Amino acid sequence: MPAALKQFTDTYLMWNEGYLIWISDILIALTSIGIVATLTYFKKWKWLWKEWLTSVDHKRIGIMYLIAALLMMFRGGADAMLLRTQLASPNSHFLTAEHYDQIFTTHGTIMILFMAMPMIFAMFNIVVPLQIGARDVAFPYLNAISFWLFFFGAMLFNISFVFGGSPDAGWVSYPPLTELGFDKGPGENFYLLSLQISGIGSIATGINFLATILKMRAPGMKLMRMPLFTWSVVAASIVIIFAFPALTIALALLMLDRIVGTHFFTMLHGGDPMMFVNLFWIWGHPEVYIVVLPAFGVFSEVVATFARKRIFGYTSMVASLLLISVISYFVWAHHFFTMGAGADVNTFFAVASMMVAIPTGVKVFNWLFTMFRGRISFELPMLWTLAFVPNFIIGGATGVMLAVAPADYQYHNSYFLIAHFHQVLIAGPVFGLIAGMYFWWPKMFGFKLDEKIGRIAFWLFNIGFYVCFMPQYALGFKGMQRRMYTYPAGMGWHTLNLISTIGAYIMGLGFLFIVVQIVYSIKYGERDLTGDPWNGRTLEWSLPSPAPHYNFAVIPTVTDRDMLWVMKQEGREGELRRINPDAIADIHMPKNSGRPFLMGLAFFVAGFGFVFNWYVLAVIGLVGVALTMILRAFEWDDEYHILAEEVREVEAALGRL
Amino acid sequence: MAVAHTTVAPHQHVADKPLEYQNPVQSVKILGFWIFLATDMLLFGCLFATYLVLRTHTDGGPTPHDIFDVRGFTIETFVLLTSSFTGGMSTLAMRNGNKRQLLTWLIVTIALGLTFVGFEASEFVSDALRGATMQRSAFLSAFFTLVGTHGTHVSIGIIWMIVTAIQVAKKGINPISARKVFVVNLYWHFLDVVWVFIFTVVYLSGVVM
Amino acid sequence: MSTSTDKLTQGNGPSHAKHRSGQYVLGYLLSLVLTAISFALALTHAMHVAPLMIVMTILAGFQIVVQLFFFMHVTEGDGPPYHSLALILGLIFTFAIALMSVWIMGFGSQVS
Repeated sequence: MPAALKQFTDTYLMWNEGYLIWISDILIALTSIGIVATLTYFKKWKWLWKEWLTSVDHKRIGIMYLIAALLMMFRGGADAMLLRTQLASPNSHFLTAEHYDQIFTTHGTIMILFMAMPMIFAMFNIVVPLQIGARDVAFPYLNAISFWLFFFGAMLFNISFVFGGSPDAGWVSYPPLTELGFDKGPGENFYLLSLQISGIGSIATGINFLATILKMRAPGMKLMRMPLFTWSVVAASIVIIFAFPALTIALALLMLDRIVGTHFFTMLHGGDPMMFVNLFWIWGHPEVYIVVLPAFGVFSEVVATFARKRIFGYTSMVASLLLISVISYFVWAHHFFTMGAGADVNTFFAVASMMVAIPTGVKVFNWLFTMFRGRISFELPMLWTLAFVPNFIIGGATGVMLAVAPADYQYHNSYFLIAHFHQVLIAGPVFGLIAGMYFWWPKMFGFKLDEKIGRIAFWLFNIGFYVCFMPQYALGFKGMQRRMYTYPAGMGWHTLNLISTIGAYIMGLGFLFIVVQIVYSIKYGERDLTGDPWNGRTLEWSLPSPAPHYNFAVIPTVTDRDMLWVMKQEGREGELRRINPDAIADIHMPKNSGRPFLMGLAFFVAGFGFVFNWYVLAVIGLVGVALTMILRAFEWDDEYHILAEEVREVEAALGRL
Repeated sequence: MAVAHTTVAPHQHVADKPLEYQNPVQSVKILGFWIFLATDMLLFGCLFATYLVLRTHTDGGPTPHDIFDVRGFTIETFVLLTSSFTGGMSTLAMRNGNKRQLLTWLIVTIALGLTFVGFEASEFVSDALRGATMQRSAFLSAFFTLVGTHGTHVSIGIIWMIVTAIQVAKKGINPISARKVFVVNLYWHFLDVVWVFIFTVVYLSGVVM
Repeated sequence: MSTSTDKLTQGNGPSHAKHRSGQYVLGYLLSLVLTAISFALALTHAMHVAPLMIVMTILAGFQIVVQLFFFMHVTEGDGPPYHSLALILGLIFTFAIALMSVWIMGFGSQVS
C-alpha cells in the first residue's frame, strides 16, 4: 500500500485498529450496496425521490421519523449490549477502555437525540394534524427541513463510527476533557456539529407545531376541547423552543474553543468549564421533559380509549402538563449539586426538583382514576401503559431521592443515578412511544401489529427491564461509579452486574421480537378496514386508515371534547364518516420540494468540513445552505389544487360518500 | 392554502386587518416568526449569561474599560436606532401601498445596517490590533461572541432585506410581499432591542465598572 | 375564537384610512431619549454602580416596550394574542437564565 494511502486509511478509516472496524466497514458496504441494488432492480429511485424524499406531507415525514428512530434504537441498543457484555464479569477485556468510552458516548447521544427525539416527532407529525382537523402542519416546507436536518445530523453522527472515530467524552461532553488540548480527535467535532444541525431542526419543529396547534384547529375546537396528546405536544413544543437555544449556545461556544481557540471553557486564560455544564443542563433537563411529555399524552389517549371512559380530570391534566413544562426550566442545577455552588443554590434547585413530582403525581392519579371502573381491554397499547405506571413511580421516587441535595453527594454519578434515569427514560418515553406506535400504527399503515408476538415482546422487554436495572440501584449503593469500563474482582459487584447484563439481553430479545412482529404483520397483520380499530374517541379515527393525502375532505366542525366518542354515543358518527359530496370544494395543498433534502445535504457537507477543519468544504456547504434559503424566498407559487372532483373520486373509492 | 383556513371567523371583515394579516396563510407565518423571535431571545439570553459570568475573567489582559470606545459605540447605537425607525417607516409605506416609498425606506435601512456593521467591524479590528483578540481571555471570548453574534444577525438581516426589496420591486405590494416586509422588519426591530441590552449590559456597564 | 381581534387592532384603524407616520416618529424620539438618559447616567457616573444598573435595566425595558408598541405592532394580529404570550414567556426565561446563571456560577468568583 502506498504510504499516502496507508496514512489515509489509518487516520480516517482507522483500519489499523483491527478486525472489528473491518467487519463494520464490510457490513456497511454490503448494506449500502444492497439498498442501492434493490432500488435499482425494482426501479424505485424515482418513486423514492418523488414520494418520500421530496414529500412535505406530515404523514410521510412522520413515517420517515419513525423508521429512523427504530433504526437508531437498534444502533443504540446494540451499543448497550456491548457495554453490558463488557461489564458482565470483572477484569474483562472484551472492549478496550477507549472503545468502551466511545460506545457509552454514542449510546447516550443516540438514544436521547437520535432515537427519542425523532420518535416523538414521528408522533407529532402523524397524529397532531389529524387530531385537530387540519390538512397539514402550519409550515409543511419547514417541517420537511426539520426532518432532513435531523436525518443528516444523525448521519453525520453515525458516520463517525467508520470515518474519523467516534466521540468518547460521554453524551454530556463536559470540558475541559472535550477541549482541544485533551481531545484532539474529530470524534468530539462530530458530536458538536451533528447535535447542532439536528438541534436547529428541533427548534423549527417546536415552532411549527405550536403555530399549527394554535392556529389551525378545526372550527369549534377550542383549546379546552383539544385531545390531551395535542396538549402534550403544546407543552413539549414550549419546552423545545425555550430550551434548545441553550444547547445551541453550549455547543457553539465549545466549538469556538476547539476551532477558533477562544477560552470559554478552558482551564487557562479565565475560562470556566462549569459554565458549559450550566448551559448544557439549561437545555438538558428540559430535554427529558420534552421526550416524556408526549409520552404522557399518549398514555392519556390510550387509557381513555381502552378503559372506554372519558379521561378523569381533563383540566388538571392540561394544567399539570403546562406546570411541568414551566417548572422544568428551574431545576437544571440539580445535575451538578456537587459543583459546590453553595447551600442557597442547592436548596432552591432541590425544592424545585421535588416540586415536579407534584403535577406528575396528579397525572398518574388521573390515569388510575380513569381506569377505575372502566371496561378495560388489554390490548398492546394498554399493556405498555399499565406497565409504565409502577415502573415510572419507582423512577420518580428515586428521582426525589436524588433531588435531596445532601444525599445527592452520595448518589452522584453512581449506578444509582444510572438506574434512576434509565427507569424514567425507558418507562416514560420508550414505553410511551412504543404504546403510541402500536396505537397509531393502523392509522399510519392500514394494518394492526400482531398481538401475539407483541405480547411476547412486551413481557420480555418488561421483565428484562427490571432484571437489568434493579441490580444497578444496589450497585450504586455498593459504590460502583458510572462510565467505569471494568472493575476488579473483589468488589462484590460481579453477581449483580451479571444479572444486570442478563436483563439487558432479555430486553434486547424483546426488541428483536418487536422487529419480528413488524415484519410478520406487514404480511399477516389484521387489516384495518374501518379506520377505527380501537373504538377511538378523537377525530383521527373518523378517517380511513391510512388517511388520504388531504386528510379531511371536509373539515369537521367540533362541538365537544372526544368528538368522535360523543357522536358514537349519540349514534351520529356517520356525520363524520359520510361526506356530503356537495360540501367538497377544491383543496389547496403545498407542493413537494427537493430543496429541504438538499438543504440538509448542504448542512451535512458544511458540518463535515468543520469536523475535519476542511474549511473549503465547510464554505461550500454553507453557500449551499444560503442558496437553498434564497431560492426559497423567490418561490412564490408553492401550492397546488386538488380538484373537488378528484377528492370525490378518492372518497367514493373509500366508500365515504 | 386551505390548510390554514380555520381561524378566520366569518363575521370579520378582511379589510379591517392590516394587509399582511389578510391572508390566513401569511398570518400564520407571522405568528411563527414571533415564536422564532422568542427562541432567538433565549439564544441571546444564554450569550448574555455567559458574558455576565465571564466578564471579570480578564486573565490580566485588556479589561472592558481598556477597550470600549465610547465614541464608537455611541455612533453604532445611534445608527441602529435610526435604522429601526426607518425600517418602521418601510412597514408604514407598505401599509399605505406606496411601493416607491417602501423601497426607499428599505434601501435607507439597508444602508444604515451596513454602516452599523462597518463601524462594528472596524471596532473589532482595532481591538484585535491592540492585542485584544478573542483568544486572549475568557472575557474577550464572551465579548466578541455576544457582540459578534448580534453583528452576524444584522448582516443576515441586511441580506434578507435586500432579497425582500428585490421581491417587492418585482412583484409589488400584495399580501405575500406585505408579510415578507412586515416579518423582516420585526426581525430588525428585535435586533435593535438586543442592541439596547448590549449597550446597557456590555458597553455602558463596562465603562462604569 | 377570534372575536377579540377587533379590540386588538387598535392604533392603525381600517386600511382605507391613510396610516400616519406620527406613531413612528414618536417611537423614534422616545428611543433616542431613553438611550440618551442611559448614556448620560453611565458616562457621567451619576450614581453608584448597583442602582445605576437597575435604572439602566429599567430604561432598557422601556425600550422593549417602545419597539414592541410603536414599531412592531405587537397589539395587532389575527386571533388571540398568542405571540404576546410567547414573548412574555421568552422574556421571563431569558432573564431567569441570565440571572440564575450568574447566581449559580457566582461560586467561581472565589475560585478563579
